[in-house]
Amino acid sequence: MNPIKKLFDNIHPYVEEGGKFHAFRSLVDGFETFAFVPNTTSRVGSVNIHDAIDSKRIMSFVVIALIPALLFGMYNVGYQNALATGHLADATFWGMFWYGFLAVLPKIIVSYVVGLGIEFVVAQWKNEEIQEGFLVSGILIPMIVPVTCPLWMLAIAVAFSVILAKEIFGGTGMNIFNPALITRAFLFFSYPSAMTGDATVWVAQDTIFGLGYQATDAYTAATPLGEAAQAGFSGFAPETIENAITGLIPGCIGETSVIAIALGGLLLLWTGVASWKTMLSVFVGGAATGYLMQALDLTQIQWYEHLVLGGFAFGAVFMATDPVTSCRTECGKYVYGLLIGFIAVLVRVLNPGYPEGMMLAILLMNLFASLIDYCFVQSNINMRAKRVSNK
Amino acid sequence: MAKVIKLRKGLDINLKGKATKETATVKCPGEYALVPDDFHGVKPKVVVKEGDAVKAGDALFVDKLHPEVKFVSPVSGTVSLVERGDRRKLLSIRVASPSPSKGGENGEEARQFTVPSKETGEAVKALMLESGLFAFLRQRPYDVVANPEDKPKAIFVSAFNSMPLSQDFEYVLQGQEAEFQAGLSALAKMAKVYLGVSAKQTVKALTEAKDCEVNIFDGPAPAGNVGVQINHVSPVNKGEVVWTMGAEEVIFLGRLVKTGKVDFTRTIALAGSEVKAPKYYKVKVGQKLTTLLSEKLKENSEKSGEAGSVRIINGNVMTGLKTTADGFLGAHATEVNVIPEGDHADEMLGWIMPRFNTFSTHRSYFSWLFGKKKEYVFDARIKGGERHMIMSGEYDKVFPMDIYAGYLVKAIIAGDIDRQEALGIYEVAPEDFAIAEFVDSSKLELQRIVREGLDILRKENA
Repeated sequence: MNPIKKLFDNIHPYVEEGGKFHAFRSLVDGFETFAFVPNTTSRVGSVNIHDAIDSKRIMSFVVIALIPALLFGMYNVGYQNALATGHLADATFWGMFWYGFLAVLPKIIVSYVVGLGIEFVVAQWKNEEIQEGFLVSGILIPMIVPVTCPLWMLAIAVAFSVILAKEIFGGTGMNIFNPALITRAFLFFSYPSAMTGDATVWVAQDTIFGLGYQATDAYTAATPLGEAAQAGFSGFAPETIENAITGLIPGCIGETSVIAIALGGLLLLWTGVASWKTMLSVFVGGAATGYLMQALDLTQIQWYEHLVLGGFAFGAVFMATDPVTSCRTECGKYVYGLLIGFIAVLVRVLNPGYPEGMMLAILLMNLFASLIDYCFVQSNINMRAKRVSNK
Repeated sequence: MAKVIKLRKGLDINLKGKATKETATVKCPGEYALVPDDFHGVKPKVVVKEGDAVKAGDALFVDKLHPEVKFVSPVSGTVSLVERGDRRKLLSIRVASPSPSKGGENGEEARQFTVPSKETGEAVKALMLESGLFAFLRQRPYDVVANPEDKPKAIFVSAFNSMPLSQDFEYVLQGQEAEFQAGLSALAKMAKVYLGVSAKQTVKALTEAKDCEVNIFDGPAPAGNVGVQINHVSPVNKGEVVWTMGAEEVIFLGRLVKTGKVDFTRTIALAGSEVKAPKYYKVKVGQKLTTLLSEKLKENSEKSGEAGSVRIINGNVMTGLKTTADGFLGAHATEVNVIPEGDHADEMLGWIMPRFNTFSTHRSYFSWLFGKKKEYVFDARIKGGERHMIMSGEYDKVFPMDIYAGYLVKAIIAGDIDRQEALGIYEVAPEDFAIAEFVDSSKLELQRIVREGLDILRKENA
């Protein structure tokens, strides 16, 4: 017998009901189901065979899809640091990457430890299996905050969102709002200075273990969208848009590179984890609204620039397509996506207070997703009712 | 020309161990059993005692609420056991057949029914009730044994089963075309009959069947489900009833009409990856499985409770019930499937491994690379943990009806009867959710959920 299997078999008596370490049942269970596919067979009266896909694999593939954007984000943290301190010429690729890695890793650890910790406790308390939803949220969260976000804030925000945005509704699959975005919204409204402030937050300014460079005085680097929101803005330089596509602009850790996001997006679409209907319609909605705003002469930002700047691409690929919080009907997905794109650009252009609108657009549409579904489901119900009355 | 209905949604699963088209006979066992649980929705009342002599066609039990619906012995012999379980629940009634050598051909001993010379709807119904064939009629809504007091708007028969490892009815039909047609004609006396034929079936007895409307269905599983066919031809509205009958049971009816005797002999497919030489066998309803299975399973499969143990399924791998070799062939089972149980597989790190030999509709696995020809061995593992519904649209992709399957399942879980009605629960049966349950990444037991939902709804509406 496999030695690891044996180990788990030996641990079992301790964590089962009445065992000495029963409080750790959900923890052991969680690790065991990751190590081995459960040997549970289907019960009498249900289908005897099952597709090999399960939520563990689906969630794992979302995490894999996020890796290009995460790795690029780490590199970009180092790049922005070198750029800000004027050391770009003598910085090495690996130097910048390791600097970013060290800057981002603590955030990932804090996000997972706090979030999964709560998940394990809740699973234990409800006597359920651990749910994998937070595997994705836990990696998304560090990617949508500025690099300078303090760890304690992150910890509070993660705890807030896991408990109040997810567990309170019944866990993964029952939540109304995307937990990762709730984390960001919590930070955004509770600690605005740490999230946007006066543009000092986007670039790491200290050395970490001797890597990176210390900024001599507080360096401000606004995101391109932040620049555009300021008075006297008259359109982006072409380099800015090129940089936005490669990702070498200030911004939240994971959201900057359109290329890295596209790689992840392709994987999500190929495996069918994300719905192409949602993804496509977010882009279409955003582009159309951007074009409209331009035609009405309300903005200097070109319509296509909206799609590559800020969190638009990241939100469209990884956030709007969250199957739980988006529309569940196929037609609803189009409406849902179009409206996200529309609102995101609308907020960007018409709201002077905040240059970015993706987060709020998705959260707002999370709220309305069930309403959109309701309309489509109701039309099916009406069709059926009509069939009866026509008789 | 029959209407062709094209279905896009669905999924064909290619399993290893399909039955080859040859029929073998098996030695007939001494003991047969009729299991009331096979006839869903019936409250059985036993009308025989242990030791009574019965003929094939004599009632063994009746429905308490509709005593005219009789459930008859498939063979002549003596009642050997009335098996009861907890709270005296009737589990089975067993009949020992005294002449196992004569076996399938118990013609002389079978009870002779008088077939009415002038076949009216009432006369056919009376004959079916008396001979136990009415018990094989099922009704929508609720997917239970039909109620003789209802006036069905139609009777649906599906001439094919699209599920994996299922019986090929075109093959079974060979040599029984006349009986099949006689059965259809008899049914047509009671209500309009619709026959659902697969686009792959070409035999004239099906495509040009008389006394019924033939519809041709072209598409992946579950196109062969009668529920899918009803939904596309004449959907069940609230207050309406349609009856359904298995294609092979129509042959039973044909035999009865022709000879005046019941003969519940089926040609079932013994199939599955654990069967040595999968093929067809002539057996009777209620036959003991030991005789069918002995020495036909692969060698390492005979051990039980250890690695290599097998799951014997009474019926189809998608919809049938797990049973043991000591079980009896179910009343509606058109095949017996045998697959590995897999409860000692101990597969490591399944969530990330490529798992090349695993079939999945999901492209995080590689089964899309190998095309549709590759045959897969499936064991009975769920291969994951049960979760809330996470992914959207999974069910709808394999659910070829204009019903929001996910929303219907949620309404059933929530116990919201008005919403279930509005979403179309009257049109579905548990088997229609079999493919959806197979692909479900949240591993919900959809068939069980729907079954329980239908039972509750039936009780509420009674």
